[in-house]
Amino acid sequence: MDTLAPVADRGGPAQPLLLATGLRKHFPIPGGLFGRATRVVRAVDDLTLSVAKGETLGVVGESGCGKSTVARLLIRLLQPDRGTMVLDGDPVDEPHGITVNELRRNVQMVFQDSYASLNPRLTIAETLAFAPKAHGLPANEARDRVRDLLSKVGLDPASYADRYPHELSGGQRQRVNIARALALRPRLIILDEAVSALDKSVEAQVLNMLVDLKKELGLTYVFISHDLNVVQYLSDRVLVMYLGKIVELGPVEAIYGDPQHPYTRALLSARPSMDPRRRTKEAPIQGDPPNPINPPSGCRFRTRCPYAEDICAKVEPLLADTGAQSVACHMRVPGSGHSKAVAA
Amino acid sequence: MSNLLEVRDLHVTFVTPDRTVHAVNGVSFDLKRGETLGILGESGSGKSVTLRSILRLHPEHRTRWGGSIRLEGDEVLDMGPRALSDLRGQRVAMIFQEPATAFDPVFTIGQQIAETVRRHTGKSDREAWKRAHDLLEMVRIPSPAQRLKAYPHEMSGGMRQRAMIALALSCNPTLLLADEPTTALDATVQIQVLLLIRELQREFDLGVIFVTHDIGVAVEVSDRIGVMYAGKLVELAPVERMVDAPQHPYSRGLLASTVHDGMRGQRLEAIPGAPPDLGEVPGGCSFAPRCKSVRPDCLSAVPALRDVEAAHAVRCVLAA
Repeated sequence: MDTLAPVADRGGPAQPLLLATGLRKHFPIPGGLFGRATRVVRAVDDLTLSVAKGETLGVVGESGCGKSTVARLLIRLLQPDRGTMVLDGDPVDEPHGITVNELRRNVQMVFQDSYASLNPRLTIAETLAFAPKAHGLPANEARDRVRDLLSKVGLDPASYADRYPHELSGGQRQRVNIARALALRPRLIILDEAVSALDKSVEAQVLNMLVDLKKELGLTYVFISHDLNVVQYLSDRVLVMYLGKIVELGPVEAIYGDPQHPYTRALLSARPSMDPRRRTKEAPIQGDPPNPINPPSGCRFRTRCPYAEDICAKVEPLLADTGAQSVACHMRVPGSGHSKAVAA
Repeated sequence: MSNLLEVRDLHVTFVTPDRTVHAVNGVSFDLKRGETLGILGESGSGKSVTLRSILRLHPEHRTRWGGSIRLEGDEVLDMGPRALSDLRGQRVAMIFQEPATAFDPVFTIGQQIAETVRRHTGKSDREAWKRAHDLLEMVRIPSPAQRLKAYPHEMSGGMRQRAMIALALSCNPTLLLADEPTTALDATVQIQVLLLIRELQREFDLGVIFVTHDIGVAVEVSDRIGVMYAGKLVELAPVERMVDAPQHPYSRGLLASTVHDGMRGQRLEAIPGAPPDLGEVPGGCSFAPRCKSVRPDCLSAVPALRDVEAAHAVRCVLAA
C-alpha cells in the first residue's frame, strides 16, 4: 500500500472538512509582581467556524484581529485554551479521535515570509522530500514526488531541485512553499497572507496557480489576508474578524455586495478607489484599531462605531443569522435595545 | 510656472567589491509646486532609490551618480555638506514606510520635533515646543499636549505616521518625499493618512513625490503617475490617462494583474517571468524578455521616452 496516498473522504460531501467550535486563545503578558500575568491579549475569543469541502473560506481583518492566531490554532501550531476541532467527522487530539500528526497530514499551511519559512541549508529537493520521507516514503519514490511537486507549481525540476532558497526569487520561493504544503497530499491548505509579500505581477501568477491547483487536486483553502480585493477574488465565503471576534460571516457576494456590520462597511469603503474621478472624500472611520489587550466591553467595535449606543457597551452582540449572512451587531437584532434595531 | 524640481537623466549605480548594481538608469521628470507625482513600481524597480537620491541619502563612497537633480535651480548632486544639511532640514522633507524606526526610541515625540525646529529655524525652546504642539494639532492627533510627552512606542502605527508627517512639515519644506508611507498601516488607517497628506499638500502648496507599489494608493493621491521598471521610467502620464489608457505593455500588465472588484472567476492576466537582474545595463528594452509584443528592434537599442500626446510619455517602440 502506498504509505502516502491521498487521504480518502470519510464523512461525505455534507460533512464539513473542518469544524472548530468555541476556539479561544488568550496570551497572558507577564509583568506583574513575581512575573504574574496581569494583562491578557485576547487574540481569539470563542470562535466557531466550519470549512466546507472544496470551498475557499476567506478571512479578513486588520492587524491584531486574531486572523493569524486562528490559522495557527487550526493547524495546532498553538494549543487552544478552550474549544474543539473536528476533521471530517473525527475529533482532533481527543480519545477516539485523530492525533495532531494526523491532522497535519490533512491540513497544511503556507506563510507570508517565503524566505523565513524555508531552511536555508537544504536544497529545494531536500526540503520537499523531508516530510514524505519522514512519513516513510522510500528515497526513490520521494525523488519522483519532488519532481512531480515542482512541475505542479510551475518550476522546472531539472533546474530548481538542487538550488538553495537564496538562489530563488520571492515568487519562486513561495511556489516552493506551496509545493511543500502539497507534499503530503493534504485536503486543506491554510494560506496565511501567502501572496501579500509578492509584487503584483507575481501575485497574479501565484493566484492563478492556486486556482488551478485547487481544481486539479480537489483542495479546500482557508485564505487569510488583509487584502480585501484578493479575498474577494478567491473566496466562496468570507469571515470578517475584529479584535478576536467574528463580526460578519457569509457568502462572498453578500459580504461585498450588501455588508451588514458597520465594521465590514468601513473596511470595504476604506479601499483606495481605482478611479481618479471618484476619489475617497472622507475616511469611513477614524482612529486605529484598539489594542487587543483588554478590549472594549460589550461590542468590541463600539469605540470606533458611528452608531454605538449604551447597549453596545453593556451587552456583547452574538453572531445572528440575518438571511444571506451572519452578523454580530445589535442593530441587526429585533428588540436588542438599540434605537436603530431592525423591526421584528 | 517654473519647476520646483527637475531631474534629468539620473543614473545611480551602487558599487561594492563583489557586485555592481545599476539601480537607476536614466530617469527624467519635472515637478511643479502643488503637484503630486506618484511613482509606481515593483520591488527593485528603482523607485525608492530615485526618491532617496533627491536627498542624497545613499552612502557616498559606494554610490556613483550621473545626470542632474535641480531643486529650484540648485544642483543637488554638487551640494557641499552645509547646503545638503539645509536641503534635508528645511527645503525637502521625507516620510518613510516604517515610522517606528524613523523616530529615536529614547526621546519623546515633542523633544524630537522641537529639536528639529530649533536646529533649523533658530527658534527658542519655548517657541519650538509651541510649534510642535501646533504641528500635532495640524496632523489631527487628539490631545496634542499629552502626545508631545509620549515616546514613539506608546503610539499606535497610525499616530506615529501622523507624528512623522508633523516632523516632516516642521520646517516648512517646499517638497515632500513619501516612500510608501501607508504600506505598513491597516486599511482603515491608510485611507485616513492618505487623505491627510492630500489635504496638507493642498494647504501648503507642497510638491509631493509619492512612491508606492499600490496602484489604488497612487490613484488616490497623484496628479500624474510615473511607472518605473528596471531603473527607468517606462511611462509618465496624468492619472486619468494612466488608468484609462496605459500605453506601455508593462503598465498595462501591471494594471491588468492587479486584482480589484468584479474580477472574480476571471483568469488574471499575469505578466510572465520576473524583473531582470540589475547587475548589467541591458542593451535594449528591459521589459522585452517578459513582453508579449516584443519585436527584433526592442532588443537592439533602448527605446526613448517619447511623448505620445501632451504630458503623456511612453518608453516603447510600439507606442504611437
